[in-house]
Amino acid sequence: MKEELIISGRMNPGIDPFLHIWHWHIPVYLFLGGLAAGILFFAALYTIMGREKEMPTAVKWATFVVPVALVLGLMALFFDLKHQMFFWRLYTTVRIESPMSWGAWVLMFITPLSMLWAASYIKEAIPDWKWKYKFMDQIMDLVDKYRKALAWAMLALAVILGIYTGILLSAFNARPLWNTSLLGLLFLVSGMSTGAAVIMWMSKDHRERKIMSMIDLVLIIVEMFFITHLFMGFMASTAVQIEAAELFLGGEFTVSFWVFVVILGLIFPAILEILELRGYKIPVAVPALLILFGGLAFRVIMVEAGQLTRYLY
Amino acid sequence: MRYAMAIDTRKCVGCSDCVVACQTENNVPIGYCRDWITETVDGSYPNVEIELRTERCNHCDNAPCVRCCPTGASHIVEGGVVLVTPNKCIGCGACIESCPYDARYSHPEGYVDKCTFCNHRVVKGEQPACVSVCPTKCMYFGDLDDPNSDVAKALRNRKYKALAPEAGTKPQIFYML
Ligand code: SF4
Ligand code: SF4
Repeated sequence: MKEELIISGRMNPGIDPFLHIWHWHIPVYLFLGGLAAGILFFAALYTIMGREKEMPTAVKWATFVVPVALVLGLMALFFDLKHQMFFWRLYTTVRIESPMSWGAWVLMFITPLSMLWAASYIKEAIPDWKWKYKFMDQIMDLVDKYRKALAWAMLALAVILGIYTGILLSAFNARPLWNTSLLGLLFLVSGMSTGAAVIMWMSKDHRERKIMSMIDLVLIIVEMFFITHLFMGFMASTAVQIEAAELFLGGEFTVSFWVFVVILGLIFPAILEILELRGYKIPVAVPALLILFGGLAFRVIMVEAGQLTRYLY
Repeated sequence: MRYAMAIDTRKCVGCSDCVVACQTENNVPIGYCRDWITETVDGSYPNVEIELRTERCNHCDNAPCVRCCPTGASHIVEGGVVLVTPNKCIGCGACIESCPYDARYSHPEGYVDKCTFCNHRVVKGEQPACVSVCPTKCMYFGDLDDPNSDVAKALRNRKYKALAPEAGTKPQIFYML
């Protein structure tokens, strides 16, 4: 057999012996972005469908989580930058070809929108809430007046944000594990599932919880289907992608991926949800937490493992 | 105009003069390098073949690092040379992730750095530092579009390859076999 041994004299910190430029910040940012996208998606969806009454948590209460998640996510991104003083440069250009750029811009729009959305429900949450300034009341009236239009915008932005969290990785052809167009959809579905988990967890209404739990179940099944597809795609692809898949099929990420992401993060909560729908009493926090944990683990593992996959050495 | 480099793998002895010349010329921080030597051993004893190469940024024609840069800090100048403007770079690392050759690194000052093809020398009509010091004269630099350039002449009668062309970036460093 032809063997090839490559010895490189390059020893750049963070690059060699294997790439480690992105640490925990990026997966956390992707996780929070996906979660926010998921919650906003359902809020917008049920508003457009005119079902605010039946789904109060999805439309109103869960959206209070979103601005917090987005701001924390942006902070994680900021701390990952190595030339932070020049952060503002992100907003002096629009570069359509760069996922990082349009992600920054989408966040620029969706963060204030989510704040407005949550703020417009604050009076319902806290009955004697008073805005300090009069113009806030006027703004809230406007939000109420144009809520349907805002919901449409939010729906579109949420989908873009959700897909973006995957495309940020999949756009890199240099990292074979990431370089698959499935990743955008997979991250979108996974983000929606974490969003649904939060809504389910926060909901006090039995019916709403049941609906969200059913949606989550469907999302988990779709996710499992995508994951199977992902590996089928890799195994039928080029040598570098087969190597990437092997990290999960016997390689060093086998246990962490299949145990934490697939079994604990997907299969187990799915079983719990089925049991719950069948009438067994299961504390809702358990499947919700497992789904959230699985979503975060999935992103951490993808970012870590992806950086180990490469074309050369 | 298309700047490119050809490296004669039969002449390279792996002495690392090019590495040191670059580090000195470009004030590369200690412990980092913009160019480096790799040694590839093919086959198993007694049928072995060794190839020595000096590697660096490929100044790709289809540069993913430029495409993914959110601020335009990574950009292309005349001759297809890929450069980074330090005070536009936010240090997001996207370009580092995007380079199939791992030619970039994060400078201790925060911005991203890499080989510039010694653009500051080339615009004055000089050769890149690495090329100018090579004791075996195994490196050829110049404009690929000019048939009389060193690089075009070097490649004319030899077989050559590029590294990982399957990554699709159209690399512009050629290794003569
Ligand atoms: S070798 Fe890497 S850094 Fe250089 S142009 Fe190509 S992708 Fe960019
Ligand atoms: S690290 Fe700097 S040069 Fe690289 S993509 Fe980010 S802003 Fe652009």
